[in-house]
Amino acid sequence: MSILDFAGASQATISFVTNYGHRLYSDDFVRQLDQVFGSPTALANGANFFENQANPILVSEFFNLALTFEDASFDGALVWDSLQFIASPLLQTVVAKLHRMLRPGASLFALFNTEERIENISTYAYRIQDHRTIQMTARSQRKPAQIFNNRSLEKLFQDFSSVKFFLTRDRLREVIVKR
Amino acid sequence: MSTQPARPIETRPEPVRGGAAIIGKSVVLKGQIYGREDVTIDGEVEGTVELQEHRLTIGPNGKVVATIKAREIVVIGTVQGNIETREKIEIRKDAKVVGDIRTARIVIEDGAYFKGSIDIVRAEAPKPAAVPPKPQPVASAATSSSPAAAASAGDIKR
Repeated sequence: MSILDFAGASQATISFVTNYGHRLYSDDFVRQLDQVFGSPTALANGANFFENQANPILVSEFFNLALTFEDASFDGALVWDSLQFIASPLLQTVVAKLHRMLRPGASLFALFNTEERIENISTYAYRIQDHRTIQMTARSQRKPAQIFNNRSLEKLFQDFSSVKFFLTRDRLREVIVKR
Repeated sequence: MSTQPARPIETRPEPVRGGAAIIGKSVVLKGQIYGREDVTIDGEVEGTVELQEHRLTIGPNGKVVATIKAREIVVIGTVQGNIETREKIEIRKDAKVVGDIRTARIVIEDGAYFKGSIDIVRAEAPKPAAVPPKPQPVASAATSSSPAAAASAGDIKR
C-alpha cells in the first residue's frame, strides 16, 4: 500500500509503515503552508497568513509545491492536525485534492482540536511508535483558521463515503474518513 | 668543465590514502560521476552519481541535484533527486532531501527535512547452493506425472 504522511519524516513512522511492507510518502505539509503563505515576502504586503491563503498567485505557488500527485495514488493519508491551519476556500480545494489522490476505499486520518473558545492551539510532531501508540511532541502554539465541530467536519468531508469521530485525550477529535 | 653522469630523477610514490575521494566545497561539477571508491561531495554536483559498491557522503556544504546509486549514502547537506542504495541511507539532522528513496534501511534524524517516497527493498536471501540432480533412471522419470519429475525428466533428456 502507499501511505501519505503530512507530519514530516520521522524514523518511528517510517519504520512502522515500511515494516509492514508499505510505501511511505513523507512531507511536512504545515511547513509548506508556512513556506508559501507565511514567508517574509508574502507577509510584507500587510496580509496575514490566512489572508494570504486567498491570494491566487500564492495559492498557485503552493499547489506547485504541495499535493502534486496523480489521482488515486494512495491507500491512506495521515494528515494529522494540518487541516486546521487552512482557511476557506483553500481548505475545500485541499480536501477535494485529497479526495482525488486517494483510491476508492482508502482511509484518511485527521485530528482536530475540540476547544471552541481558544486563540491558539498546540501543534505537535506526530510519530507512530506502534499500533497502539502515537507519540506527540509539542512543537509550538499557533492560531487555527477555524474550530471544527462534528457538523462542520461532516460537511467538509461530504464527498467521502463515511466519516467517523472519536474524542480523545488532549482535547483532540480523531477523525477517520473513508474515500 | 666537469661532466657528471645524469642522476636519475627520484620519483616518490604517492602516499596511499585510505579516505574517500573528495569533491571540495568550491567545486561545481556537472555530469556523471562513476566511482569504485568511497566519495565525499562537499561542493555542488549536477547529473548522476553511481558508486554501486561504495559509500557516498554528501557533506554539510554539499548540494547535489542528481540521480544517485550507491551501496550506502550519508546525507548531511542537500540532495534533490532519486536515491537508490543497496544497504543503507542516513539522513542527518540538518540535511534536506527531496526525491524518492529505494533502500534496504533508512536512518533519519529529527530535524532532517525529507520530501518524497520511501520504498524499503528487502535484501534478497542468499540462494541455496545448487544441489546436483540425483541420477534417475530415464524410464521412471519419463513416466512420472509430477511437474518436478517432469522437469527432471527434461534435464535428463537434455
